[in-house]
Amino acid sequence: MEGINAKYVSKKISKTRWRPVSSSSLQQPDIFATGSWDNEDNSISIWSIGENGVSSMGDEFEGDPQLLCEYKHNGDVLDLQFLDQDRIVTASSTGAVTIFRHHHNSQTLSVSQLWERAHHYPCNNAPCTGVVCNSPEIVTVGEDGRIMLFRADQEGVLRTIEKADSSAIHAVTFLRTTEILTVNSIGQLKLWDFRQPGNEPSQILSLGGASRTGDRVPLHCVDRHPNQQHIVATGGQDGMLCIWDVRQGNMPISLMEAHTSEMWEVHFHPSNPGHLFSCSEDGSLLHWETSSNTDTPSFLQGGRNTSIISRSAIAPTGGNQSLINAWLTGDSSKGHLETTHMLPSQMLSVNSLDVLGQCLVCGTDGEAIYVNRHVPI
Amino acid sequence: MEEVDVEPTTTPIPGFDSNQKHLGFVWGPGDILVYETIYKASGGSAGGCPFVHEVRKDEDIYSPILRKLFNESHHIFVGLQRIREDLPSKNKKPQFVSISKNYRSVIRACMEELQQVAVYHNDSLGNTLLSLELIWNLCEVLFIDAAPAGSLVLHLLDWVRLHKADVDEKAREVLASESPAEHQAYWDVVISYVLQGRMDEARQVLVKQAALQPAARVMFKLLDNLLMKMPIFNPGETQTLTEFDVKWRHWREEVDHCLQDQSFASNRHLEDICKILVGDEDVLLEYKELLSTWYHFLVTRLLFSHPTVKPTELHYYAQSSMHMFLDTRSVPEPLDSILLAAFEFDIHQVIKDCSIALNNWWFVGHLTDLLDHCKLLQSHNLHFGSNLREFLLLEYASGLFTHHSLWQLAVDYFDHCPEFGRVYLELQIERVPLDTERKALKVIRICEQRQMTEQVRSICKIMAKKALRNNRLGSALSWSIRAKDAAFATLISERFLQDYCAKGTFSDLDLIDNLGPAMLLSDRLTFLGKYREFHRLYGEKRFSDAAKLLLSLMTAKIAPHSFWMTLLTDALPLLEQKEVIFSADQTHELMFCLEELTSGKSDEDIETTKIELLRLALARNLAMAIVKEGTVEV
Repeated sequence: MEGINAKYVSKKISKTRWRPVSSSSLQQPDIFATGSWDNEDNSISIWSIGENGVSSMGDEFEGDPQLLCEYKHNGDVLDLQFLDQDRIVTASSTGAVTIFRHHHNSQTLSVSQLWERAHHYPCNNAPCTGVVCNSPEIVTVGEDGRIMLFRADQEGVLRTIEKADSSAIHAVTFLRTTEILTVNSIGQLKLWDFRQPGNEPSQILSLGGASRTGDRVPLHCVDRHPNQQHIVATGGQDGMLCIWDVRQGNMPISLMEAHTSEMWEVHFHPSNPGHLFSCSEDGSLLHWETSSNTDTPSFLQGGRNTSIISRSAIAPTGGNQSLINAWLTGDSSKGHLETTHMLPSQMLSVNSLDVLGQCLVCGTDGEAIYVNRHVPI
Repeated sequence: MEEVDVEPTTTPIPGFDSNQKHLGFVWGPGDILVYETIYKASGGSAGGCPFVHEVRKDEDIYSPILRKLFNESHHIFVGLQRIREDLPSKNKKPQFVSISKNYRSVIRACMEELQQVAVYHNDSLGNTLLSLELIWNLCEVLFIDAAPAGSLVLHLLDWVRLHKADVDEKAREVLASESPAEHQAYWDVVISYVLQGRMDEARQVLVKQAALQPAARVMFKLLDNLLMKMPIFNPGETQTLTEFDVKWRHWREEVDHCLQDQSFASNRHLEDICKILVGDEDVLLEYKELLSTWYHFLVTRLLFSHPTVKPTELHYYAQSSMHMFLDTRSVPEPLDSILLAAFEFDIHQVIKDCSIALNNWWFVGHLTDLLDHCKLLQSHNLHFGSNLREFLLLEYASGLFTHHSLWQLAVDYFDHCPEFGRVYLELQIERVPLDTERKALKVIRICEQRQMTEQVRSICKIMAKKALRNNRLGSALSWSIRAKDAAFATLISERFLQDYCAKGTFSDLDLIDNLGPAMLLSDRLTFLGKYREFHRLYGEKRFSDAAKLLLSLMTAKIAPHSFWMTLLTDALPLLEQKEVIFSADQTHELMFCLEELTSGKSDEDIETTKIELLRLALARNLAMAIVKEGTVEV
């Protein structure tokens, strides 16, 4: 846990995201954006963690994040994504979807585009809970059960899927360029294909009887494996991490007890998919590592590693035990999975995390941001 | 009722004329709502002020920089509560001291940040924080660290040095100048160093002057020697207090001797230094400006006159120092009386004075909590049942709860108030405004972790009702499942069934098809799920399974009576099929159900055509079934 310091920012942080770095350069990310919530004046802010060209002598004081610029945001920031190097899309609790532009020369932010009532009920506004982009297309989902498709620089709505869900949709991710996956508050995963007209999902997956309590547990986050388009990880209200193979039908491949309360975000590492990160309401941030090399089972390792109880519901097809498919087995007795806590204990909820390269940033309800520049991957 | 110690402050309300009308008010958790009533003080004008004003005592809670203070100190507070009780107190003292230092460093960090933005901000906040750190530091030295005689003076010296940092700045300026010894602030620097007991630095600066006056070299050497030889108590060594005392008295005699010999008569400054070393109070008072505060004067006085002062003797010297230093006409400031109370080891008075002087409970709450952990507060039962620590923490946390964002911190404070914390939390948590599902989830999680089932229920009900109003039946259902609220689940199922009866099809099929085990929450919900399953089976042409299900819905009394007509009507197409689906027994049961349905009702209620159709179909089916079952394959 060295190299992680708290930066108190006087606002509860709901989302943190790294600005993407071009894949050709081997640079570590140095700029991230945060969104706040539960404040009378919410804002989105851009921070910099300074030059990375300085040779580190292992010191932890490589500089606190510095605030570059800030802009007022109407409503809680419920989701935030970088559209490209200059533009950020946010989902607001007022139902609005906004594109902000970051001007590098003057270090200012300005509103570039705004869809004000993207999500609404017949009489009032509905919070927009998730946004995902594949430039220039933007997909948003909300508590009104609608899926909206926008295009940056185009004013109108490209497509609306009305009544996509009778409950609130909590998160969305792209599976392919024309396919998305949503999770909702009754514990269902739904696949949508934009090439097909109509308002029906192409597939519905849910936990069935395999979950611990047998109840449909609301799901809060979803993330797709960077290389395998059919593998997704979800986290929900009971803090269990589920890995799914969407080709496989109605049961998750593996279920692992991760946290003691809601899991807010789960992320595969974009370049090293053998690593997964999850953060939760109980104030912990877990780093999951699959490795086929170790012989010692993970639950015998000391320190802050948690024990994993996993039940493989279905054997994977093509059962190769390579690293990429290690998620599918999730078998703790073979020592494949190891978790580490990355934050000090006794924290308020960790609402969001993002990982890129060797850098991890997360934001908490304790109004603090934590940056770790030496994630062991 | 005790007397008020200070005059209450008056806050004018804009737009109100208190001479004309009476003011009405109502207390809130942290503020007052004030409005103008219709009652006139004395025949006044009719027009009134239409506004309601909210008067808040504590503005600091809304300062963004102070928020960092609240958050960081919350972290330290929670860590403090978790220190294990079973360790002997000897081992815990260094822990408490380090926690106290943590609190102080948080205050200092805030202060530094305030200074950076001092452009717009009122400096008063920075000054308040400065005083807070001063008081806390003194409490740490006297109460938590509880330094014994000997080290006490050293700790107090550190305390004073920390809060009089401008000496170093001046020294830097002087030394950086071309000719330091001729700088106008030169002697000020030397004497300030001596007053703070920093002999080595004083000697270094004196050397510059000595170089300039080779003729007086002997004099300078003598003073340098005296300064070097001044004994400082070292708690680590084996030297006892008495040994140190003897040594110190010897040294003092030597200095006195030099004075009597008039060795420094030619240089006034050197003579003053010598007199200070002997502890001459008149000379000390001449340098009031350099001392700037009475407590600096006190510590310097102790250093040079009573370095072995015991903690219990402190108050005498404190009082006399204050009287000597301050102008007798000036009114002592709150800070002065607080510090005096601390020197008198009257913890309760310190807390009381701080409570009055400050406008929020942060300082006294955390300080009292730390002192309580050090077992320094006698358990002092207040009239309303809890002890002082709990009372202050409850007030602080209640104040936090009025803040739109900091309420989450308050939860932990309530957790650690054993007597009333839970009740306060139960009352306050229900009043947190819930705009988004995410916030509601967090509040519910807080309640669930503390087994506050009533609050969970009521919050889920609020969210479910909101969802229902917006026609989000799926969301409403998931909230009722979370609260295990069977009644609400029944309500939602009724809505579905009404929709079905009105439109003929189900809405939100994705929800009903995938109810899973949640179906068992309420009978109506179970019926809904099973009924939908019936339709599905029918659609898949699995008629016998559909028939069995339909019948069980009625016989197992899962279906409400009002729906039986619809169910029987649904059975019609099954009865009309060419193939016999219902067995004879099943047909008998259906007939029985029909009779049960029609028996209690009069002729006008029931739809006679439908009943007749049903009776006909049932009879025909019965006939066919009997024939079919009676046939033997040959």
